[in-house]
Amino acid sequence: MSISRFRQDWLSNVRGDLLSGLVVALALIPEAIAFSIIAGVDPKVGLYASFSMAVVIAFAGGRPGMISAATGAMALVMVGLVKEYGLQYLLAATLLTGVLQILAGLLRLGSLMRFVSRSVVTGFVNALAILIFMAQLPELTNVSWHVYAMTAAGLAIIYLFPYLTKAVPSPLVCIVVLTAFSMFLGLDIHTVGDMGELPDSLPVFLLPDIPLNWETLSIIFPTSLTLAVVGLLESMMTATIVDDLTDTPSNKNRECTGQGIANVATGFLGGMAGCAMIGQSVINVKSGGRGRLSTFVAGVVLLILVVFLDTWVRQIPMAALVAVMIMVSIGTFSWDSLRNLRTHPPSSSIVMIATVVVVVATHDLARGVFVGVLLSALFFSNKVGRLMRVTSRTEDEGRARYYSVAGQVFFASAEKFGAAFDFKEAIEKVTIDVSRAHFWDITAVGALDNVVLKFRREGTQVEVIGLNEASATLVDRYGVHDKPDALEQSMKH
Amino acid sequence: MNDKVFACIDHSSYTPAVCDYGAWAALQLAAPLEFLHVLDRHPEMAKKRDYSGSIGLGTREHLLEELAALDEQMSRVAQESGRLLLDGAKQRAIEAGVPAPEGRQRHGHLVETLAELENSTRLFVLGKRGEAAESAPQHIGGNLERVVRALHRPILVVPKEYRKPGSAMIAFDGSATTRKGVEMIARSPLFRGLTIHLVTVGEGNRAAAGLEWAEDTLRRAGFAVQAAIVSGEPETALAVYLQAHALDLLMMGAYGHSRIRQLLVGSTTTTMIRTLAVPLLLLR
Repeated sequence: MSISRFRQDWLSNVRGDLLSGLVVALALIPEAIAFSIIAGVDPKVGLYASFSMAVVIAFAGGRPGMISAATGAMALVMVGLVKEYGLQYLLAATLLTGVLQILAGLLRLGSLMRFVSRSVVTGFVNALAILIFMAQLPELTNVSWHVYAMTAAGLAIIYLFPYLTKAVPSPLVCIVVLTAFSMFLGLDIHTVGDMGELPDSLPVFLLPDIPLNWETLSIIFPTSLTLAVVGLLESMMTATIVDDLTDTPSNKNRECTGQGIANVATGFLGGMAGCAMIGQSVINVKSGGRGRLSTFVAGVVLLILVVFLDTWVRQIPMAALVAVMIMVSIGTFSWDSLRNLRTHPPSSSIVMIATVVVVVATHDLARGVFVGVLLSALFFSNKVGRLMRVTSRTEDEGRARYYSVAGQVFFASAEKFGAAFDFKEAIEKVTIDVSRAHFWDITAVGALDNVVLKFRREGTQVEVIGLNEASATLVDRYGVHDKPDALEQSMKH
Repeated sequence: MNDKVFACIDHSSYTPAVCDYGAWAALQLAAPLEFLHVLDRHPEMAKKRDYSGSIGLGTREHLLEELAALDEQMSRVAQESGRLLLDGAKQRAIEAGVPAPEGRQRHGHLVETLAELENSTRLFVLGKRGEAAESAPQHIGGNLERVVRALHRPILVVPKEYRKPGSAMIAFDGSATTRKGVEMIARSPLFRGLTIHLVTVGEGNRAAAGLEWAEDTLRRAGFAVQAAIVSGEPETALAVYLQAHALDLLMMGAYGHSRIRQLLVGSTTTTMIRTLAVPLLLLR
C-alpha cells in the first residue's frame, strides 16, 4: 500500500505539480523577503526558512499540495524577541517551536481544531490579511511619489496581466518590469538590497549561538509556544481549505508533526519559524498543483533562483514587493464574510469581528483565536441554555402541583431553572418530573437540590421522578437532597 | 452472503468478453451475477490550470465553486455513460440466459472498491486491461496486478474474445495455494462438464506424488482428468502445453512471491496474463 500511496502523493500529477511549483516559487520570493523585513531579520533568514519549510514539509506533511514557508502570521509573533535578543534567540525559538509542534502531533492535538468554529477561522484569516497589509504601510509612508506610482503600476500589472495571458505569473511580470524600469531610470528608491543580507550560498547546518540555560529557556519559551500555536492553527486552517478545494482528505496529526519537523530543520539551517500559507496554497491549487511534488519544487526552485540571481534580486524595488504583498492580503481576506455580516446570525458575526479586533490590537493571532473560541463557547452555551422549559399543572383539587422539566439544565440555565418554581404557593405535595431533562453539571444538581430544599422548608412534600441515567449518576455523586442529613449539609454552604 | 459473481466492466474493448465469461461463470455456479462499474475519479490530478499566480477579491471562494462545478459536470457525464454501459451488459447477460443480473455503480478506486465487496463475492471477473491501458497491448493493465494482490477471492482474468470453455488446465505446483485450488475445483460446480488437464512443471518423485493426489481428488469428484509432467521454464512449458491441446482456460496460483523478487526475476503470473489468449483463473 505504501508504494501506491507514494505514487499517488508524488507522481500522479507530475506536469501540473512541476509548473505550479514554479509559479509558487516565484511568488514565494517576494513574500519571504517581505516577511523577513516584518520580523526584523535579514531577507536571507526568511528565504532559507521558505526553502527548508517547503522541502521538509513535502516529505513530512500530511496535506499534499499545501505550501509551507516563512509566513506573516509567524513573523508578527517573533518581532519582540528579535528586537530584544537578536537572531540567535530566534533560531533557538524556532527549534523549540518545532519540538512543541511535534509533541502536539504525537498527542493528537490536531483534533482540537474542532473547537475552532468557522467564524473564528474567518476572523483569523481576515485579521491576517489586515496585518499583512498594515505591515506594508511603513514602506508607503514618508516616501516620494515615485513609490506610490510604482506600487499602483505593480498592482495594475498583477491584476490586468492575466487578461492578456494566464501562462505567465503576473506577480513575476510585475517584479521584472518594475525592477527593469527603476534600474533604467536609476530611481533613488528603496530596494531589497537595502533591507539586509541576501543568501549567496546554500544554507548550512548550524547550532544557535546561545547559552544553554534556564534563563534562555524562559526567554524563548513564551514566544515558541505562541509560534507553535499560531503555526498549527494556520496550518490546520489551510489544510481544511485545500481539502475543500481539491476534494481530497488530509492527515491533520501528521501535518502537526510535519510542521514540527520542518521547523526543527529550519532552525538548524538558520531560518525563521514558518507554517502553511493560505494565499500560496490557494495559488498552488489554482495553478494545478495537487501532489507533494509541487511543494518540493517550490522550495528547491526558490533556493536556486535566490542563490544564483542574488545580484538581480538585490535590485528589486520595495514598491514591487509591496504590490505583491497587497495582492496577497487582498487574496487572503474573505470578502464574502463582509457580505455575510448581514445574513449570518449576530452571534457569529460578533465572534468573527472580535477575533479580528483582538488580533489587530495585539498583533497576536493566538490571542485573537483564544478570544474567538471563548466567545463562541459562551454564545453556544447561552443558546443551549435556552433549550430548557418548566411547565406545571395543579393536581388533586389544588393541593398538589406537578412540574415538568424539559431540556438542558447546566450552569447557563440553572438560574432560569430555579426561578421557574413557585415557592409562595402553599401546597401539600410537589412532583418534579425531570424525565425529559438532562442535568449536565454540579451547578444543575445544586439548583435542583435548592428547589427541593426550599419546598421542604415551606412544609411541602417533594418527589422527584424520572431522573434519567445521565442525570441520575450526577445526582448520586454530587446531590445532597436524597441523603439523610440533607438540610445540614446544605446549610454549610 | 459470499455467493455473487462480480463482473467488472468499463469502456474498454474487453467488456463484451467480461460480460460473456461472467454469464458463463454465473450459470455454471448457479450464482447471481452483478455487474460493477467503478467511476474512477482522480481528484489528485488537476484538470484546469491557471498560471497567472495572482489572487484577488474572493479568489478562494470562486476557485472552490469553479473546481466543484467542473467535477460535478464530469461526474454527471461519467455516471450517465456508466449507467448505459451497465444496461447494455445486463441485456447481454439476459440474452445469455442469466435470470436476473444486477448492475451497480460505485465511486472510488477499483482496488479499494473490490476489496470492500470481497466478502459478498465468490468470483471476480475482470478484463486484462482497462480503458486507460488500451493502447499498450504488450502490458497488462495497471490496475490488474494491484487488484489481484489485494484480493483473496478467485479472479477470472479474461481476454478480448469469448470462447465457451470446454476444457481447462490446472497449473499444479504442489504449493498450498494450488492444493487448495484443486480441492475447491473438486467441490465447485464451476468446472462441471469440462475436461481437466493437470500439468506440473518439473521432474522427480515429489512432483509426481503431488500430481497423483490431485488427479485422484478430481477423479473422485467426477471429472475427466488428464495429468502430465512437462519440463522447462514454467512460462513457456505451460504455454506450449496449453496451445498443443487447444485448452480453453488456465487455473493457477497468482503472485506467490514478494514484490522484491518480482522486481528482480519478473513474475510468472504477469507473463502468463500478458502472453496467453485464454482466460486465467487466479487463486490467491
